[in-house]
Amino acid sequence: MNEAIQLIIFLMLLVILSPLLGKYMAKVFMGEKHIMLPVFGWLEKSVYKVSGIKSDEEMNWKTYTYGVLLFNLFGFIFLFLLQIFQSYLPLNTEKLPNVSWHLAFNTAMSFTTNTNWQSYGGENTLSYFVQMLGLTVQNFVSAATGIAVVLALIRGLTRKTTDSLGNFWADMTRSVLYVLLPLAIILTILLVGQGAVQTLSHYVKATTLQGTEQVIPLGPAASQIAIKQLGTNGGGFFNANSSHPFENPTPFSNLLEMFSLIIISAGLVFTFGYYMKSKRQARAIFIAMFVLFAIGIAISLWSEYSHNNVLNVSGAMEGKETRFGVMNSVLWSVTTTVTSNGSVNAMHDSLSPLSGLVAMFNLMLGEIIFGGVGSGLYGIIIFILLTVFIAGLMVGRTPEYLGKKVEAYEMKMTILAILAPSVVIKLFSAIACSVPAGLSSLNNAGPHGLSEILYAFSSAAGNNGSAFGGLNANTVFYNVMIGLGMLIGRFGIIVPVMAIAGSMAKKKITPVSSGTFRTDNWLFVMLLIGVILIVGGLTFFPPLALGPIVEHFLMNLGVAF
Amino acid sequence: MTILTGIIYPLVMTGIAQAGFHSKSNGSLILRDGKIIGSGLIGQKFDSTIYFWSRPSAIGYNPIPSSGSNYGPTSDTLRKQVNARRMSFASANSLTDELSVPKEMIFASGSGLDPHISPEAALMQVDRVIKARHFDNTKKEILLKKINDLTEQPQYLLFGEKRLNVLLLNIELDKI
Repeated sequence: MNEAIQLIIFLMLLVILSPLLGKYMAKVFMGEKHIMLPVFGWLEKSVYKVSGIKSDEEMNWKTYTYGVLLFNLFGFIFLFLLQIFQSYLPLNTEKLPNVSWHLAFNTAMSFTTNTNWQSYGGENTLSYFVQMLGLTVQNFVSAATGIAVVLALIRGLTRKTTDSLGNFWADMTRSVLYVLLPLAIILTILLVGQGAVQTLSHYVKATTLQGTEQVIPLGPAASQIAIKQLGTNGGGFFNANSSHPFENPTPFSNLLEMFSLIIISAGLVFTFGYYMKSKRQARAIFIAMFVLFAIGIAISLWSEYSHNNVLNVSGAMEGKETRFGVMNSVLWSVTTTVTSNGSVNAMHDSLSPLSGLVAMFNLMLGEIIFGGVGSGLYGIIIFILLTVFIAGLMVGRTPEYLGKKVEAYEMKMTILAILAPSVVIKLFSAIACSVPAGLSSLNNAGPHGLSEILYAFSSAAGNNGSAFGGLNANTVFYNVMIGLGMLIGRFGIIVPVMAIAGSMAKKKITPVSSGTFRTDNWLFVMLLIGVILIVGGLTFFPPLALGPIVEHFLMNLGVAF
Repeated sequence: MTILTGIIYPLVMTGIAQAGFHSKSNGSLILRDGKIIGSGLIGQKFDSTIYFWSRPSAIGYNPIPSSGSNYGPTSDTLRKQVNARRMSFASANSLTDELSVPKEMIFASGSGLDPHISPEAALMQVDRVIKARHFDNTKKEILLKKINDLTEQPQYLLFGEKRLNVLLLNIELDKI
């Protein structure tokens, strides 16, 4: 009963607050007056002045993409260098050694691509300096990059016969100053109030009641947790991520963190509505996402509460915290995988087979059900283009979206964006399954071992970052492979998306007529959900059958590995 | 941008946290006789008969680094562990039905540092603790009252589960 109320509160908050945030963000990005302008307006101007940005200079798709890539390349190099030289840098209170090249490569890639895969350990790997200047910064700017890219795509879809898609530097700066930073400040303070740590002091040595020594790690955690949730980053300050009592001390902090990881992505859907001047269009997208989200929650909860014949228990607590219980752990696991957040408050490796499957399938769909900040929306727009194309084929008309013709070039780019992550997941998993370096990292035998590998590459390609944590990923093989997977999964989509934005912007808008295929009604919502599930299902059913599905049936027979 | 989000933002937040929530932002540390004995949020290992036991932990409550076991739902190792934990908890606390052992006492937590157990799991351990400490009936009453007082209800009546902080309970236990 209590579980049901918590679930309903969470979903209601999402439905009620995301249109409000969406409206606010629309004001910010359309350059209207908004409440944060008097607070941080001066800061925006000084950022432009210092970096020599002309904020009203419009860019075409190539210049915009160039800005995105260049900016991320610099971010990557900077973070890589910070790690491999951390022992020479300040604020290394625990005298941690330099990070190995392959781990530094993986972590730098992970944070610049908004994946935040945790090959690193946190409290035993990275200094406060790297956590702040490296990870926290990338948490902000990688999320801002996602928002900037989707803004360019939205402008491409809603402007007509033009080259200009906005200014990348201005979009990014505004995302940080007016959206991410104010929310992060509020969330940090709320989290510290619940007990999350925020200090620059040394780790503390305690002598326990039973007389053993316990080293208690500390750090400027709350400020990083706030942005890792809001920016759908998800990389933990501590190894155990948001299951750690210092990251997520209470059930209320749990609700705050779980909510903040989905709200911006959900809000952006409504922001899109303001650009389209059609709330109905935005609502259709939101409903499609919400339905898929709800189905995932239902299956996952059912599976987790079902009886496990191997362990002889229903609602197992392995990898879960007492303060959250089963429901909040499962709800988080679905929420963090539909968005590309990837933080965890319970260990996904220990979830029941079908709950693990739901999480994994969410990653495989490409993080489009709400998805990453920005990236979720451009991801689902790609699927919308595919849907109108398929619908167009069925009725024999040139497909259109928002009055713009969808032609061969856009479809090529769409298919490229859909295929790039799929190739990573299947090809890289196949390689990992066939070489000793891939298999020696497994923590579980049997079908669950395959799930560990599959999950890792799905997480990388979807830029999620959550893990079946048993897999020992801090090896040269996995650090490099997963690093490349994240790179392809991020920019293999961003570049085609920008190309679509560029070509769509050039087109003229056909006025709506009785022959127009509507994209704002229930028929379209069902069609979109169908296309997403069919594409995802057809692509990934075979490996899923060999992993979690077969594990589910074997579990029912009581077979252990 | 790097300076703003990487230096100013975390430092200002640290300043506010230190000023507004000094104890919480520094790890909710607990002192006894001037010495740090732990954190109110981080669990400790308790396996002695004179204390209430905490949950199993994949890292033995050593926080560097925090981690769960990551054993899957069909793991044979986990099955063996679960059976062994059921048996030892039941026999130590003279329970007749092994399947009545609360779930959190047979499974390791995600962080390995979970400070809580359920009130049921604490009540099952009362008789053992009393015997080990040679408590009389008045002391037993005091103990039961403390368990009741320390039981945390779902936060704001709604969120999370009923739970009991094992370290705080054992500190109170030592005072009886």
